[in-house]
Amino acid sequence: MSDDAIEQIARPRPSGTLESELWDLAATVVDPEVPVLTIEDLGVLRSVRISDQGVIVQITPTYSGCPAVDAMRDDIVAVLNKAGHSEVMVQVVLAPAWTTDWLSQSGRDKLEEYGIAAPGPRRTDGVVSLGLGVRCPHCGSLHTREAARFGSTSCKALYVCQRCQEPFDYFKEH
Amino acid sequence: MKSSHVASTAITPESIAGAGAIASEAVALYALGLGDDALILAQRLGEWITNAPELEEDVALGNIGLDQLGHARSLLTYAGSAWGKTEDDLAYFRGEPEFRNRQLFERPNGDFAQTIARQLIASVYFDSLYRELSTSTDPTLAAIAAKARKEVDYHLDHSVQWLNRLGGGTEFSHERMQRGLDIMWACVDELYSADPLAEDLKGISVDPQTLRADFDVLVPRLITDAGLQIPTTPQSRGGGRLGQHSESLGPLLAEMQVLARAHPGASW
Repeated sequence: MSDDAIEQIARPRPSGTLESELWDLAATVVDPEVPVLTIEDLGVLRSVRISDQGVIVQITPTYSGCPAVDAMRDDIVAVLNKAGHSEVMVQVVLAPAWTTDWLSQSGRDKLEEYGIAAPGPRRTDGVVSLGLGVRCPHCGSLHTREAARFGSTSCKALYVCQRCQEPFDYFKEH
Repeated sequence: MKSSHVASTAITPESIAGAGAIASEAVALYALGLGDDALILAQRLGEWITNAPELEEDVALGNIGLDQLGHARSLLTYAGSAWGKTEDDLAYFRGEPEFRNRQLFERPNGDFAQTIARQLIASVYFDSLYRELSTSTDPTLAAIAAKARKEVDYHLDHSVQWLNRLGGGTEFSHERMQRGLDIMWACVDELYSADPLAEDLKGISVDPQTLRADFDVLVPRLITDAGLQIPTTPQSRGGGRLGQHSESLGPLLAEMQVLARAHPGASW
């Protein structure tokens, strides 16, 4: 799939004037666990539309049990309330399932600056997963090793750089 | 796993899958069984937090449990839509005979090797189940399954790594891993037996019997590769889907439900 095609799926910003404004407002909400990333960067923001019941925002969780979803939901409601929209409903959609391929390029750059290695392209279905080199976000070395597959949150693994000796988080391909 | 989410942010049936899908009675019962499987396993995994043999495993088992809890929340929310109940109503205010989980998931943790054996059997099952369920004609079940399967992939990988490490480790770890497999093996037949809650749901549910072949091909190979013996344990009677459980489920529920029952309706 081309980068443009992925971009269209990952960030379906509405075309209507008012709805796109509301989208941009909701898009200022950040992931409470990785506060450099907005929910738009992540591809978590799925749709914004105006209905008889007020503004309906749809988000998708990165992982089913991700506790950040509740915080994001509250933040979306707060940011839209503040802009004068009193009726806001946030829905959780599970399809299409979120993938790290939806992470925007600027999101990837911000992750690296923040000290988290960005995910590579997701492997397709198969039984063999190859551990390719993960670049250290501190010194850029590829001489790194996985210390723990499960890290501080569901979406991250813990790595250690064998050149600069620093530990760092790696956003797992998903 | 202590679920401490605030009642006001509980996911409502309307917010699942965005469409406000309401399950029929038959689909709700089916989803309830699947949700209970995930919930009870999540609770067992949560018992390892601060008790695992090393910090990384505390985090790993906690994370795997959290994923399972996520699957349970989606499934129980969907089930509850048929009866006007929330995920919390179903998790905290049902008694033992009303739980529909297969007995594998309530098996006590035992030692680390027993937990790995249980997780290996569970992950292979979930991987096949969610693969098939993701093509269900019920869009909500299909969406939950497609999401869950990506997560189970990591769980299976984790179990296989430990199976190899313990099986091919020291004499002591080898013995413990073998014992773990022997103990958990008793629940395999029940796991893959017909689901009495899904008999009339053609195209919507997955018949576990059709998944048995995956297990029979993959698991013996994994066990043999790890230098271990395929167990010949007598099979348990089962009956989890009908509310028949082992004596270990009661204490698990008591711990899981005590706070919600002491303060009904409270939010924190």
